[in-house]
Amino acid sequence: MKKWTRRAFIGAGVLAGGTLVIGIAIRPGNRSSKVAGLIASEGETVMNIWLKIAPDNTVTAIIPHAEMGQGVHTALAMMLADEMDADWSKVTFQEAPADKEYANFTLLKGFVAGNATFPKFIEETIDGVFLTAVKSLNFQITGGSASVRFTGQQAMRIAGAAAKSMLLQAAADTWKVPTEELTAKNSIISHASSKRSATFAELAPAAAKVNIPKQPKLKSPEEFTLMGTSQPRFDIPAKVTGEAKFGMDVQVPGMKYATIKAAPVFGSKVKSLDTTVSSSQQGVKKILNLGDAVAVIADGYWQAKTALDALPIEFEATENSGLNQAEIMDRYRKAMDADLADGNLEKHFKDGDATKALEQAAILVEAEYQLPFLAHATMEPMNCTAWVHEGKCEIWCGSQNPLGVKAAAAELLEIDIDKVTVHNQLLGGGFGRRSETDVMTQAILIAKEVDFPVKLIWSREEDTQHDVYREATISRMKAGLDQSGLPIAYTHQFIFKHHPPEAADIPYTIPNQLIQYSSPASFVPWGNWRSVDHSTHGFLTESFIDELAHTAKKDPFAYRKTLTKDNLRFQRVLDLVYEKSNWGAPLPANWGRGVAIAQSFGSIVAEVAEVEVSVEGKVKVHRVVCAVDPGFAIHPDGFIAQMESGIIYGLAAAMTGEITIENGAVAQSNFHNYPVTRMNEAPKIETYIINSGNPPGGAGEPSTPVIAPAVTNAIFDATGIRIRQLPISKNDLRASILPST
Amino acid sequence: MTSLKINGKEYVVDASADMPLLWVIREQCGLTGTKFGCGIAQCGACTVHIDGQPVRSCITPAISAEGKNITTIEGIAPDKNTLHIVQQAWIEEQTPQCGYCQSGQIMSAVALLNENPSPTDEEIDAAMSGNICRCGMYSRIKSAIHRASASLQTSNTL
Repeated sequence: MKKWTRRAFIGAGVLAGGTLVIGIAIRPGNRSSKVAGLIASEGETVMNIWLKIAPDNTVTAIIPHAEMGQGVHTALAMMLADEMDADWSKVTFQEAPADKEYANFTLLKGFVAGNATFPKFIEETIDGVFLTAVKSLNFQITGGSASVRFTGQQAMRIAGAAAKSMLLQAAADTWKVPTEELTAKNSIISHASSKRSATFAELAPAAAKVNIPKQPKLKSPEEFTLMGTSQPRFDIPAKVTGEAKFGMDVQVPGMKYATIKAAPVFGSKVKSLDTTVSSSQQGVKKILNLGDAVAVIADGYWQAKTALDALPIEFEATENSGLNQAEIMDRYRKAMDADLADGNLEKHFKDGDATKALEQAAILVEAEYQLPFLAHATMEPMNCTAWVHEGKCEIWCGSQNPLGVKAAAAELLEIDIDKVTVHNQLLGGGFGRRSETDVMTQAILIAKEVDFPVKLIWSREEDTQHDVYREATISRMKAGLDQSGLPIAYTHQFIFKHHPPEAADIPYTIPNQLIQYSSPASFVPWGNWRSVDHSTHGFLTESFIDELAHTAKKDPFAYRKTLTKDNLRFQRVLDLVYEKSNWGAPLPANWGRGVAIAQSFGSIVAEVAEVEVSVEGKVKVHRVVCAVDPGFAIHPDGFIAQMESGIIYGLAAAMTGEITIENGAVAQSNFHNYPVTRMNEAPKIETYIINSGNPPGGAGEPSTPVIAPAVTNAIFDATGIRIRQLPISKNDLRASILPST
Repeated sequence: MTSLKINGKEYVVDASADMPLLWVIREQCGLTGTKFGCGIAQCGACTVHIDGQPVRSCITPAISAEGKNITTIEGIAPDKNTLHIVQQAWIEEQTPQCGYCQSGQIMSAVALLNENPSPTDEEIDAAMSGNICRCGMYSRIKSAIHRASASLQTSNTL
């Protein structure tokens, strides 16, 4: 039996074919259960909770994940249809209802246990335990770059393979022939010698009575017909006609609109509210004091917004009301100093005796890095429509966690969870922000005060100033090099450890390591920001290793290769990015090239950035070459799109992204002072995929952590200036560039 | 009451003097393809055409568009069963990710191609940099514009 650690996943060859024993993933006995009632219409046959067949031979994959442009509905349906040998032109999808039956136990299992395989005797017990845990946690998350690698691998493929096996069995029983003589192709089962054939739909009623196999045989990669191809995405046509429905677009008969202003200082309360003027404004229905926020309900958003802006609201002062960013960072530094002095640092990783090895080193390298708070700035501002009536609650929103929304609503209203319905919509960007339930909670609190549905819309200002933020951090790194320039000791002291737990690990072979952290008090709300802790540690690790390389007077690329020489996957990714980026080829004056590599969410990504620094100190990123080993890219075009997206998202943060606190409140408010990458600033991106045959890694996040260090390392190459504080725009690069003569 | 002509259809709406066209289009006319992104003309998600010119409907008072031809994403296709060349190119390039900004992107692209049927990369940058895509699909947007441009040349020479 393998150990239950995330590290255990390396080596588990799910894609190598063979069988997987995850019987409970396609729980039998559900055909007459409430699942059928949730997902099936008249005449449709539910083969298992992930799959139904209609009389017209349409196969519908039931996808327990939200679509935010990552193409999850298409990719997961492909995985199911491929194993089933379904006719792709007759395959469609349905997003699973927000219901405990669809809690993503495979996903949580993936997070806790990695892709580890377990002995057969224990498998069902594990799944049973996980399922119970997941249901009790109301876990139906789209996040962690996990849909394909966990739900796809451990539910969709198995569901498709199991359904095929049941259909084959039904045909064998009907025609009195051995299953071995039958073939399945394009949603038809055929018996060649007797020239008989039947569609999946014709066989479905009989097949549904066959026991669900516990060990359906999965295809090996050479048998794939859909996995590894780039099928047109289901969600795209409606997104070019304006018909696609996001949470923002929901229209419910009788609905009114609300907008809100929360206390600018986190944790503050409304002190006084004068509603006399605004109450009589045109279209205003109600003004609500929610304690920590004020909301206005009106006939339209504009009326609500106008009335809210005119409202004299006074908020209570708190202990943080005078606080600014510099003081916050100063407090963090002091907390780190105190923890170090008092021996209170929490241990992340220890190997050997780093303190002693540092003393013995020929060269000592030290650096302190600082990173800012970051907002998500999804394209679609936060919103939620709620209707509380007759002891029930209906919610329309775009959520990465609809089951969590349902549970939050039930708890808030003190009603049974079955009285809550969540209609999940398309998400206009998620990036982790839409895994929260704060906006839904507000919408419910507002809606329960009136007898009509209310759509709560946040202004962009509210969205920027009441986000849950990527942590601002300080990081202190030290390394000792031997005479040859190779590291013999590495220490890292950082603040705030969230997840994934391994994010601060380094991929480099260094004999003595001590990685520790502090958890100082912070009043700024934290949230999952695309790639989470990897977004900070990718920058820290890859900046510092670059510093070590330059200190050792080695090529930063060669240095990384030397220090990862036992890691074949890293070596191959580095070699590929070296070749494709023309590493070492001459560049124009004031240009530089930088490399960075990291493993996150099961994928290994290396990026080389080419930058130009102008005489005015302006940085232009011209080109990014991305090499990635995701194990296997189920939908290569979608995978490439995700790499590009993660790079642009990370680039925006690296170049200009910064949320600062002034007088206890967020200083930025909209895209003019929280600028993001625009088309004229976007580099040309080339992505190269290695299908290594390892278990599939994530797509949505792994390209984000390495873009910032690739760019700052390139800036060092161009200017000799080491960027130790993000965003890059905070650094004055003018002195480094001499005007050309 | 104000009368607005949107996608060739007359709508009678109730708009105060300062009410932006965006909210009238979305809430009173029920055309939700035009999106709210920032409210201050920074992101381009709300782009519509007034007499063929791209405007940010989030800062354009609705009453200023009275008597003019307003076109939204719902109104650019030649008919119900045919997509606009730009929409078709967008599908062929599999351009959108989350899709929220794409109505605005497409409206800006249509306006660009009406003015300049074969824009260079630099001209595309200049015309499109007012439209933010947080999913970062800029290279696909650019490719889709070139593809639409090529389709326009072909259809014009037929």
